[in-house]
Amino acid sequence: MASSFINWIDQRFPMTKMVREHLTEYYAPKNFNFWYFFGGLAIVVLAIQILSGIFLTMHYKPDAERAFASVEYIMRDVPLGWLIRYIHSTGASMFFVVIYLHMFRALMYGSYRKPRELLWIFGMVIYLCLMAEAFFGYLLPWGQMSFWGAQVIVNLFGAIPFIGPDLAVWIRGDYVVSDATLNRFFALHVIAVPIALLGLVVAHIISLHEVGSNNPDGIEIKKNKNPETGKPIDGIPFHPYYTVKDIFGVVVFLIIFAAIVFFAPEMGGYFLEHNNFIPADPLKTPPHIAPVWYFTPFYSILRAVPPMFGSQFPGVMAMGAAVVILFLLPWLDRSPVRSIRYKGPIFKWSLAVFVLSFVILGYLGLKPTNVWGQFGPWMGGADRATVWLRFAR
Amino acid sequence: MMRICLAILFCAISGISLAAGGSVELREAKINPSDAASLQRGAKLFIDRCLSCHEASYMRFNRLTDIGLSSEQIKQYLIKDPSVKVGDTMTNAMRPADAKVMFGVVPPDLSVVSRSRGADWLYTYFVSFYKDDASVTGWNNALFPHVAMPHVFWQEQGVKVLQHSDDGKAVLVEEVPGTATASEFDRMMLDLTNYLVFMGEPAAEKRKQIGSLVLIFLVLFAFLAWAVKREFWKDVH
Repeated sequence: MASSFINWIDQRFPMTKMVREHLTEYYAPKNFNFWYFFGGLAIVVLAIQILSGIFLTMHYKPDAERAFASVEYIMRDVPLGWLIRYIHSTGASMFFVVIYLHMFRALMYGSYRKPRELLWIFGMVIYLCLMAEAFFGYLLPWGQMSFWGAQVIVNLFGAIPFIGPDLAVWIRGDYVVSDATLNRFFALHVIAVPIALLGLVVAHIISLHEVGSNNPDGIEIKKNKNPETGKPIDGIPFHPYYTVKDIFGVVVFLIIFAAIVFFAPEMGGYFLEHNNFIPADPLKTPPHIAPVWYFTPFYSILRAVPPMFGSQFPGVMAMGAAVVILFLLPWLDRSPVRSIRYKGPIFKWSLAVFVLSFVILGYLGLKPTNVWGQFGPWMGGADRATVWLRFAR
Repeated sequence: MMRICLAILFCAISGISLAAGGSVELREAKINPSDAASLQRGAKLFIDRCLSCHEASYMRFNRLTDIGLSSEQIKQYLIKDPSVKVGDTMTNAMRPADAKVMFGVVPPDLSVVSRSRGADWLYTYFVSFYKDDASVTGWNNALFPHVAMPHVFWQEQGVKVLQHSDDGKAVLVEEVPGTATASEFDRMMLDLTNYLVFMGEPAAEKRKQIGSLVLIFLVLFAFLAWAVKREFWKDVH
C-alpha cells in the first residue's frame, strides 16, 4: 500500500530520486569536524526567522505613528509575544554568528576553490542579502537607533558622486527617513529579500551537492572511489550519518540560543541596543550612533577613512571593497593546496591577522570614535582610534 | 601585525587614563525583582507621584496583577479617576502643548525608560537632585544637569546643595532635613526603581521561569541526541 502510493508519486514527481540524490545517497566526507555544523545551523536559523517573523507580522504595524507602540503591544499584550519577538531579535544576531563561522570555515579549508567558485559566490550573495535583510528589519521597531542607523546608511548612498543625492531620496521615498521609508523597508524585509534568500539558499545547496562537500583535508573524496560500487571510499551517506550528527549539533545550538532568549535577550545591549527603547525622534540626533555588532567592522572602516575632496565616497568605497574582495577569493588564492592544514605560515598568519582585524574593527565600531582618547592639539585633537586604524590598515 | 600589537597596547594604556574621568558615578541599585511588596510600594509611588506629568502609555493597570495585586485592589487604591477602567493603560490628562509651556519639554513616556537608562542610572538620578537658584524650577540634578524635571520627592529627601570636595568630586550636602530618614528615602527610591524595571518588561520573571524548563528539556534532549549519534557512527569509526 505504502510503496504503491510512493510509486504513484514517483511517476509524477521525482520524490524518491531527490531523497536519494540529496540525502541517502549524497556522499559526504567522513572527516567533517566542528566547523561543518554551521551550514546546517544557518538553515535552522533561517527557518526560525521565517517562522517567528510570520507571527510578528500578524501583530506589527508598519506605520511611523504606531510601529514603536505595536512592538510594545507584542511585548506586553500578545500572548507569548515577548517570546516571539526575542526569538526573532536573537535569531538576527545568531544568524550572523553562524554565517561568520561558516564563512571562516570556507576560508580555513579553501572551500571556495575550484570547482566550488560558484558555490562560494552564491554564498556571498546570500551574505549580501542577509545584510540587507538585517538592515531593513532593524528600522521596523522605530527606535532611535533604528531611525538614525537607517539615516546614516541611506546617506552612504547619498555620497556616491553625481547620482547620490537623488538615489538617497529614491531609496527613502522622502527627504528624511519617514513613514514612507518604514513602509517600503517593511515590504522589502518581509517579502522581497526573504524570497531572494530562499532561492539563493536552494541554489547554494544544489551547487554544493553537484560538486560535493569539501573537508578539513581539502582532498576530493570523488577521486578515490570503490571500483565495485562506484562510491567514494572516504564518503558516508548524508542520511543517516550526518542527519543524526547535525541533530545533536542543532540541540547544542538551541541550548545557547534559548539561554540568550530567556536569560539575556538584550545581550548586554549588543543584540538589542538600549537606545532603541527610545521612540524615533527625527529632531533629536543621539550623541553616539552605532549599528548592531554584525555591521560594526564595516562601520569602522567607513569611519577611519577621512573625507576626500569634500566627499565621504572614499570611505564608502573602502567599506564596499572589504565585502567585494571576498567575491574574488577563488581567483586570488593561487596555493597548490586547499586546506590550512597543508598551507605555509604566510597563509596562517594572514588569516590570524584577518580575524584579529575583524574583531578589533568590530569592537571599535561599537564605541564612540574617541574610545581610545584623543590626541592633543598637536594632532588637531584627532581621536586616537581613527588615527591608529589608518596605520593598522 | 606589529602595528596591530601596538594598537592593542595603545588601547590598553589610554583605557586606564579614560577611567579616571566621569563626573557622577552610578550607584548600584540593589533591587529584587521578585520582592512583591517592594514592587507594590513602587507602583503606588509611581502612580501617585509620577503619573500626573509622565505617562506609561504601554502599561495597563491590570498588569499589576503580575506583582500580586487583585483587580479590586488596583481599582480601590491606585486608580483615582472613576472613568478609567482596570484594563486601560497608564495615561494622564495633561496635554502635550500645556506640558511644553510648563516644563519646556513634554515629559517622556516612562513605559520602557528602564530599558534605555538602566536601573542604576534611574536610582542615581532619583537621589541626585539638589537646590539650584539659577534654574527655572529651583532644582538641578548632578547626574542629569539642567534637567527640566523638579525634585518631586524634596519633602521626603529634604533639600541638598552641591559642593565640591577637595579632589574635585561633586558631593550633595544636606541643608534642610526631609520628613523621611535617609534609609527610608533610599528604600523608597529603590522601590520606585524596582517598579520601573518591572514596568519596562513585565514578562521578565515569567521569561526566566519558562527558560529554566526549556533549558532542562534541551539538555536532556542533547544527551539523547548524542547517544543516537554515537550508535549510528559505530560502523564509521
